[in-house]
Amino acid sequence: MTCSTRGAAEPLLRIEALRTEFPTNAGPVRAVDGLDLTIGSGEILGLVGESGCGKTVTALSVLGLVDRPGRVTGGAIRFGETDLLALPPARMAAIRGERIAMIFQQPRGSLNPVMRIGSQIAEQFIRRRALGRAEAWARAVALLRAVGIPAPESGARAYPHEISGGQAQRVMIAIALALEPQLLIADEPTTALDVTVQAQVLALLRERCRTLGTALMLVTHDLGVVAQLADRVTVMYAGHAVETAPVASLFARPMHPYTQGLLAAIPRPGENRERLAEIPGSVALATQTGCRFAARCAERTRLHLDRCENEMPPLVPRPDGGMVRCWAAQS
Amino acid sequence: MTDETLLEIDGLSAHYAIRSGVFARPSAFVRAVDGVSLRIRRGETLGLVGESGCGKTTLGRTILALRPPTAGSVRFAGQSVFDLKPPALKRLRRDMQIVFQDPYAALDPRRTVGRAVRVPLDVHGIGRPKDRPAMVAALFREVGLEPTLMHRFPHEFSGGQRQRVVIARAIATRPKLLVCDEPVSALDVSIQAQILNLLKDLQAGLRLTTLFISHNLAVVEHMADRVAVMYYGRIVEIADRTTLYRNPRHPYTRALFASIPFPDPRHRRTDPPPPGEPPDPAHLPSGCRFRNRCPLAMDRCARKEPPLASLAPNHDVACWAA
Amino acid sequence: MSFTTAEPSLLALPAAAAGSRRATLHALLHNRTAWIGGGVLLLIIFAAAFAPWIVPYDPYRVDPIVRLQPPSLAHLFGTDALGRDIFSRIVYGTRLFLLICAIAASIAASIGVTLGLLAGSGPAWLDMLIMRLIDVLLAFPYILLVLAVIAILGPSLWTAMVAVGIAGIPGYARLVRAEVLSVRSLEYVEAMRAAGAGVWRIRLGTILPNVVSPLIVYGTFATPLAVLAAAALSFLGLGAQPPAAEWGAMLVNARTLMFTAWWTVAAPGMAIFVAILSLNLLGNALRDVLDPRSR
Repeated sequence: MTCSTRGAAEPLLRIEALRTEFPTNAGPVRAVDGLDLTIGSGEILGLVGESGCGKTVTALSVLGLVDRPGRVTGGAIRFGETDLLALPPARMAAIRGERIAMIFQQPRGSLNPVMRIGSQIAEQFIRRRALGRAEAWARAVALLRAVGIPAPESGARAYPHEISGGQAQRVMIAIALALEPQLLIADEPTTALDVTVQAQVLALLRERCRTLGTALMLVTHDLGVVAQLADRVTVMYAGHAVETAPVASLFARPMHPYTQGLLAAIPRPGENRERLAEIPGSVALATQTGCRFAARCAERTRLHLDRCENEMPPLVPRPDGGMVRCWAAQS
Repeated sequence: MTDETLLEIDGLSAHYAIRSGVFARPSAFVRAVDGVSLRIRRGETLGLVGESGCGKTTLGRTILALRPPTAGSVRFAGQSVFDLKPPALKRLRRDMQIVFQDPYAALDPRRTVGRAVRVPLDVHGIGRPKDRPAMVAALFREVGLEPTLMHRFPHEFSGGQRQRVVIARAIATRPKLLVCDEPVSALDVSIQAQILNLLKDLQAGLRLTTLFISHNLAVVEHMADRVAVMYYGRIVEIADRTTLYRNPRHPYTRALFASIPFPDPRHRRTDPPPPGEPPDPAHLPSGCRFRNRCPLAMDRCARKEPPLASLAPNHDVACWAA
Repeated sequence: MSFTTAEPSLLALPAAAAGSRRATLHALLHNRTAWIGGGVLLLIIFAAAFAPWIVPYDPYRVDPIVRLQPPSLAHLFGTDALGRDIFSRIVYGTRLFLLICAIAASIAASIGVTLGLLAGSGPAWLDMLIMRLIDVLLAFPYILLVLAVIAILGPSLWTAMVAVGIAGIPGYARLVRAEVLSVRSLEYVEAMRAAGAGVWRIRLGTILPNVVSPLIVYGTFATPLAVLAAAALSFLGLGAQPPAAEWGAMLVNARTLMFTAWWTVAAPGMAIFVAILSLNLLGNALRDVLDPRSR
């Protein structure tokens, strides 16, 4: 399964120096602080990071769904030819669901509890494609079959509270992909599901995206999920992208100390380690101008680098594809 | 690890009634824990694995007499836990403690963390009252926290730090048994590693016996000596760590393993994941409760529930097909 | 042992500030509604405390010569039908107002909170018993219940306050019970049980402090209701008896004079209005300060 042919040429989504802030009593907090990211057409990108790194805010920023008082304060989000940040709200609303869709962590929270699931899918066709009720319903049933809902003709008449969490997430996927968008953003889509159901839903996501040629931005904290699904991976820390690489390369030869630390900290079945490698400390308040990871970085100490705390390293190319933002990696 | 059995669970069941109607009559029963028997030896760490709704949390709580059992017995160091009168039960609580999953809910938001850790010392009268602040400070240091943080409130801490406070509170009375209920599931990976290492250090230093409950197989394998797999109220397989991971025999255990997203892109799963949906806990299938999702299901499975039988020394499986 | 940082994490800052009394006080002091409501309330308390030194006349002194005088420099709020200075009576009325608030709220809160606590955290049969009792109390129309108590105890200001207090019990009980039910399944309560703490220690030391904030907010809204009920009782002649300088009684005695001597109605009416408004404003401010942070 190679991904070199996908995502070639002009990227579908290009995020440049994105900055999203939230005002607080202690001053504005930059949840996303100069993020660069690209997704190619039909590609699966894993956006990985721990809580607070800004990955969910990034996803919301792309779709213009950041809750007030937070707002995007800088950068550009180029989707094809258009800069999404410069669009008037009406045009952005037209793009949502049609060309870029999103699914969230809690599937039942995203479904309308008083509407049958078939109707919620059919609604997309009725409103956006001006189809008649009957035809829209037929398409909805077909979509439910494609996402693996058993007996979809009768299943479509169910209400969200009558189906399980895994099924609800499948319905969400059906709704999101109904209009065959070019990009699907999935924010922790399987975190709330059991492991066995998670495997099913992830397989479904991959199959659907490949079939429809939809690019997928998979936002998650789970490196295992990323390893199984993604073509490329972007690792985020404290609002920045610190490393981007094709998935095999990232796991085999991680270059950023944070990525290395993350990979070393996961317990793997079959290994027999006494202690897990730790990353000391925790995410600190973003005050310094240099690399945000500097205070916790073992490499910095080992190589006695002083510039890490004062100068933010730029993104530079990695030897086997992708980019990395680290002084230590360059030396 | 010694041969002495510290905790003996026999045929333990904890059922809940789902009540409905004007008079709140029970309409169905959830058999959260349904005839579980386990032995935990002194000094060992037993891992308990299962997905949500399998009853592992209820089991952990019932063992500590925080939930009432419907049947069965739990013996701690030879003493039956459920027969104890309140004063004796209180005495027993010194020896059994619990670390909770959600560090945000496990601490009283209106108490400083120092006072939270002090509670077990006050309740059991450990040390003289004026010595207790120093004891709390020592406990803080033991879990890697600065004692000066004692006077802060829980909301001022991160998840990982709160979990350390919860652990400090749990070890305050120097318990013999520690039940860890998903202690790292709510934490980030990098913090998980810190807390898991801390738990391992404390286990060794305090010679703790641990029941480690989690849905995360990889974490359990890292922490436990023996592992039990639970499915909707019953133990379906139990074996020592290496045996379970090399040679799982129960179809559910195999399905669990097949479902974990393995963090290595070179080993991508190509075969389809296990089918079927988790059942409704109030209406489990007859006979073996896994049979409607099991690739090896036979007629026998619908008629009678397989007992936990010994397949090999240190390896018990509850399956007709094994 | 791993290294830890002592700084609070970025993630923890926006979270709930419940339990931080300093922060609550700070927010309260910066809230304009709190200043208005609290300010008026303080004024009332001040007036009640120093009434004998503030008033120009004896509020009970009858002087038929100056009856029904409109407001003037000599009599700021005018005089009533018996020639008493209305301003002095209003000022003395603050004492009775605060007394009603205190007694009615104390009775309702102490009994209501206890019942709610027991119902929410005790055995199921106790919960059922208490809740059915509350349902019985609630089945009575509020005024009817108050009247029933007065009928038993006889009409006077004190029995009026007791009656209003009793009628307020169900509100507190239900609120506390609901809060207790939601708190008691939280893990920190279970942690106390696991630590071996006794039932009452948990109830008073852990559960109760965590249900206090919605209780305070409710109190500031429920108390005005009690005051209005006491005024209504005076209206019916069942509460404060003459010559008590109670605002509700003053209002009722003056109602026939509404078009001929408007000041006799306006003064007590405005006093009731302003006092209750201040309580409501304070309640609003408290709710804004306490609730979003404690949720």
